[in-house]
Amino acid sequence: MNAILKQYQAPVWNEPVIMEMGYPGRRGVLFAPAEPEIRQQVGDVSALIPSKLRRQDRPALPEMTEPEVLYHYLRLSQQTLGMMGISLFGTCTMKYNPQINEQMAWRPEITELHPLQHEDTMQGALEIVHEMDLMLRELSGMDQFVFQAGGGSEAAYTNCAVTRAYHASKGELEQRDEIIVTIQSHPCNPATAAAAGFKVVTLMLDENGYPSLDALKAAVSNRTAALMVTNPDDMGVYNPEMKEWVRIVHEAGGLAFYDAANFNATMSKLRPREIGFDACMFMLHKTFGAPKSGVGGPATGAYGCSAELVPFLPSPLVVRDEGRYRLDADRPQSVGKIREFLGNVQVVLKAYAWTRAMGADGIAQASDISVLANNYMEKGLLAIRGVTRSHPEATTPRMEMTRYSFQTLKEETGVDTHDVQNRMSDFGMDPLWQSHEPWLVPEPFTPEAGETYGKEALDQWIAVIRRISEEAYSNPELVKTSPHNQAVHRLKPGATDDPESRAMTWRAFQKKRLRQARSGTDQMRAVVD
Amino acid sequence: MGFIVNPLAGLGGPVGLKGTDGDDIVREALRRGAFPVAQQKAVEALMRLSTIVPSLRVVAAGGAMGEDAASDAGFLPSVIHRPHGVPSTRSDTISAAAAMAHHGVDLILFAGGDGTARDILAAVGDRVPVLGVPAGVKMHSAVFATSANSAGLLAASFLAHEPATRLRDAEVMDLDEDAIRTDRVSARLFGYARSPYERRLAQNAKAGGGPGEDAALDATARQVASAMRPGRLYILGPGTTTRRVSDALALPSTLLGVDAVLDGEIVGLDLGESELLRQMKGHEAHIIVGVLGGQGSLFGRGNQQISAEVIRRTGRERITVIASIEKLIALSGAPLRVDTGDAETDAMLSGHFHVETAPGRRTLVRVVA
Repeated sequence: MNAILKQYQAPVWNEPVIMEMGYPGRRGVLFAPAEPEIRQQVGDVSALIPSKLRRQDRPALPEMTEPEVLYHYLRLSQQTLGMMGISLFGTCTMKYNPQINEQMAWRPEITELHPLQHEDTMQGALEIVHEMDLMLRELSGMDQFVFQAGGGSEAAYTNCAVTRAYHASKGELEQRDEIIVTIQSHPCNPATAAAAGFKVVTLMLDENGYPSLDALKAAVSNRTAALMVTNPDDMGVYNPEMKEWVRIVHEAGGLAFYDAANFNATMSKLRPREIGFDACMFMLHKTFGAPKSGVGGPATGAYGCSAELVPFLPSPLVVRDEGRYRLDADRPQSVGKIREFLGNVQVVLKAYAWTRAMGADGIAQASDISVLANNYMEKGLLAIRGVTRSHPEATTPRMEMTRYSFQTLKEETGVDTHDVQNRMSDFGMDPLWQSHEPWLVPEPFTPEAGETYGKEALDQWIAVIRRISEEAYSNPELVKTSPHNQAVHRLKPGATDDPESRAMTWRAFQKKRLRQARSGTDQMRAVVD
Repeated sequence: MGFIVNPLAGLGGPVGLKGTDGDDIVREALRRGAFPVAQQKAVEALMRLSTIVPSLRVVAAGGAMGEDAASDAGFLPSVIHRPHGVPSTRSDTISAAAAMAHHGVDLILFAGGDGTARDILAAVGDRVPVLGVPAGVKMHSAVFATSANSAGLLAASFLAHEPATRLRDAEVMDLDEDAIRTDRVSARLFGYARSPYERRLAQNAKAGGGPGEDAALDATARQVASAMRPGRLYILGPGTTTRRVSDALALPSTLLGVDAVLDGEIVGLDLGESELLRQMKGHEAHIIVGVLGGQGSLFGRGNQQISAEVIRRTGRERITVIASIEKLIALSGAPLRVDTGDAETDAMLSGHFHVETAPGRRTLVRVVA
């Protein structure tokens, strides 16, 4: 673990907003005037646009040459703070996304696909969707998958919609209006339950780092519609009592949903259905090697369930009949659409390519490596002054990630987790991920090693934290005023939330600046500077 | 910033006394060889504070009541009140705090225990924000930071107007010390101070990060109020959380007392046990309470009027508990406490309780006696 820290300095361009750039009359492309014959035939082109739709003024676009535009965006890309180096974002399962999979997703068979074209003309695409379904069935033990959801939260919402339809079919929906979650479940579990109209009952953790069976028993009743639980949870803690949990929920008449957001730790080791779960969710853009792409997708939440729930799944389903694939939309009990058409098929394709390339053995090995790598990191990180672990007394091992705390560091030096985050970027390292809210552990951070990075990269990450801890104890101001080697300095807390100093569009910016110029304040100006 | 040290706080603990309120107890503690820890804790907090806001103007009580610790930590305090004798007394704390409020300080930081918090509250009420450096033997009040260092950091971020640091109503509670020394526990709620706390946010850059606990508590209170049914007696426990329910009903309320509502009307303010039992006759009774104090008390501390008998006659399933999720998280996994003085009632209340944290949101929290 004696990694040498890299010298790093981000480029600083002080790049203006593109709307402030350009010179009058400059153009990127000059179009030849239309030939006289065409002009004669067509007449006044602008007259073709109905007068009410025609704009009165010419658009106020920046006047620039093509290379000027390219340089501008190149410089902006050089000032990107993340996704440039080692990126150990807890709960996001950052993986390398092979170039060849990207290339395949850009093939015309995918990009030119029209969602309304006849199924006979897209047998290949449907085959990929169906094969992915089969592989996920193998990994989960479920009976059918659907890929409509454009992300994990939509898959969780799919589960709430299916839960609603299931209880409605039994005439119990009115009575069963509660969904049980844990305080360290994937935050979209309570959020989607509430969005779907359920009341949310949250279980707190006990000393072992997961809720007790007693808490669950106190929570279930004839009002229980479902349990939604993430395991391992948001802190990498695996609850070993899941079979009993599912039994208790089933006994009360509820459904059990396994949010496998953190599946990397357990893929190929357990099947949610074998534990007893009725449904589960995988994130193809995390666990299955399609790009996480920061936040914003495109992503796919693969939702799978038992045969009993299949009638309620969104439509259409891709099914195979006598060697042919077709879209089955004749499903009277279906919850309908969660998202249009088949979802993000290009993401399914990338996940399919990844899964086929890995194979069963590769997936098992990836899981082993991610757990081993996290426990290796834990050894290194806990040896650093000011770093502690959540639930230090718990004996259950941490799986693919660990929740740590800088509370000791903060109390002893004044340096908090935000300061460490900022300072990390000075080493060309992607800033650490803290924790979902609410912060049960103060000053949290949660690296997830994954299987992508080599031991050297993990050592590098640990070495950066060790260095920052040393700096915090010897020169805390250095850390508190960081970043120093970055494209930008630290944002002033609070400013980002003040609507008067923020604008999402150029027009809003101009309007607010004008208003402030009139009132004699100049907050908008400061943002551009 | 105003700064007060109760030099005798924490004196009783190490020598087996449960507090140092009263001259006899102080003399007994010193005779048993007690060492004043408040001074040391106070310096620790101020040292942490001074690294962040070194130019802070500190207004301190004289000598061991603040001036010494502030000087040790590198500040040049101006002295606003000199204690009349050694050791200083409660009236010195009250005079110093009142003078600080008059002076216009932004915050009173004090090192002490529940007794000190109570004296400062008596002097300044909710006019000046108050934060405690934990140094006492008893700390049931919610005005204390988790450690001396945390107190220093929290005071600094509040004084620096950090957006993640907000003010909340914090219970000031204190035990009846005569009772505790005879092994009978009885804590009272004396009032609410405004006290800074740090919201735990993923982005400290977020000025608010959402509406926060006030909005959640108000919405919960409205929901609880709208769920009330005619013919039922609703017993509202003390505190600002339950006062939100009264506010939602547009009814008057007492902050420290127990009030009762029937058919949308107040049928009694600041009721004692016997009055409650009388009101309950012929009605299905419901109890609505908040979580009191920094230690998370449900029954028995601060709301003794809702006695074991009242609870027993109401029944466990007719008790509604309201608390913000922030307050539950701040307990760091510790259970809620019941201490009704009746073992059977305590046992009945033990186990997991549903706590209303927002409309349509409940959290299960463990309750122990």
